[in-house]
Amino acid sequence: MKAQMMDLTRGVVLENPLLRLMIGLCSALAVSVKVENALFMGIAVIFVLTLSNVVISLIRPVTPDNIRIPIFLVVVSAFVTIVDLVLKAYFPDIYARLGVWIPLIVVNCIILGRAEAFAYRNGLIASAMDGLGMGAGFTMVLVVMGAIRELLGTGSISVMGVTLVSLGSGFQAPTFMITFPGAFLTFGLVMGGLNKIQAVMAERAARRATPSMGKTASGGA
Amino acid sequence: MGELHRYFLIFFGALLVYNILLIRFIGLCSYFGISTSMDTSIGMSLAVIFVMLISSTISWGLWNYVLAPLGIGEFLYIPVFIFVIASFVQLEEMFIRKTAPTLYKAMGIYLPLITTNCAVLAAATEVAKPGFLKMSIAYNYTLPEAWVYTLGVALGYSVALIIFAAIRERVDFAPVPAPLKGYPMAFVTSALMSLAFTGFTGLFGL
Repeated sequence: MKAQMMDLTRGVVLENPLLRLMIGLCSALAVSVKVENALFMGIAVIFVLTLSNVVISLIRPVTPDNIRIPIFLVVVSAFVTIVDLVLKAYFPDIYARLGVWIPLIVVNCIILGRAEAFAYRNGLIASAMDGLGMGAGFTMVLVVMGAIRELLGTGSISVMGVTLVSLGSGFQAPTFMITFPGAFLTFGLVMGGLNKIQAVMAERAARRATPSMGKTASGGA
Repeated sequence: MGELHRYFLIFFGALLVYNILLIRFIGLCSYFGISTSMDTSIGMSLAVIFVMLISSTISWGLWNYVLAPLGIGEFLYIPVFIFVIASFVQLEEMFIRKTAPTLYKAMGIYLPLITTNCAVLAAATEVAKPGFLKMSIAYNYTLPEAWVYTLGVALGYSVALIIFAAIRERVDFAPVPAPLKGYPMAFVTSALMSLAFTGFTGLFGL
């Protein structure tokens, strides 16, 4: 049970796909213009990642090593096609905004990376947990970035037509934040912020650990 | 609109105005992964140009002669295109490993990763499936137009990657605040580069 929790939480913090492993960046930067887009993209990625991890883990014994990558891709693309068609049928507005990013989930490095590095080497439950955790980590960062960019870039955050937060009409929104360069800048600063927080936490842990000479802060790396 | 004029617009549209890395954010994983040195960037650029041209040709042919006439393109295009690209990259990897081991060593893990390079799939789909890209001129390409477009995309990728690698080699020695060292600073750098490329918006009326 503990190992499974570990599989689940690892993707959220320690090995966050976006901020730590630096994979799956393309879609993250592009769709984080709005919180709503980020949520839908996150759900799509969690769905595809978990199910493809499960299937790849299941067909592991019959997969020849040499052609495993094309096989992974076929599995992943089946699930992506499902998401593509479902979104197109039931959420046409969202689909129009996410546009090319839904088909491009197929080549999202997170999914192939997890298939290769985890699902291909681990059992069913562990793979499903890994998929959920990594997907959750992806979604979390996406929503945080979407919130920062939407709030600063447009002055308010609205999801499905409901305004959640507003900075008031006096706020002159710098549209820079919702343009493309704003995405790079926000991501760089979010990452730098996380580094700073981790450095401070590691320092505190080290200071606490010094008198007892116990375990040192090895988790901060 | 003259034929040559149209080629010109497609090429520069793909190269500058809709630069695949800096304006459209496609292919960023390899962009950040490989831009740590100039040599690998050049190697990767060549590999991408090569793979992209061939995979776009194949996908164009498949769409126009198989998928569209049979009416199965709408729901089969993702598996078909990705399967073609993946098999082709696998072939290319074997070919380079046998014929140019030094190049193979330099590109290391990134050659198989071209499979997951979104830029290759995006270009292959854009030239084939009509209406996939929201660029006013991007509709129903003929084969030469598809080549010109793909070449523009691939060169746009290379230009952005090589400029970025050059800047990054310098930034590594710059005194940046400790939490921003490395990747975060790379993102801030590309924000500035992307800002420069947004300046091309509206060029040639695109």
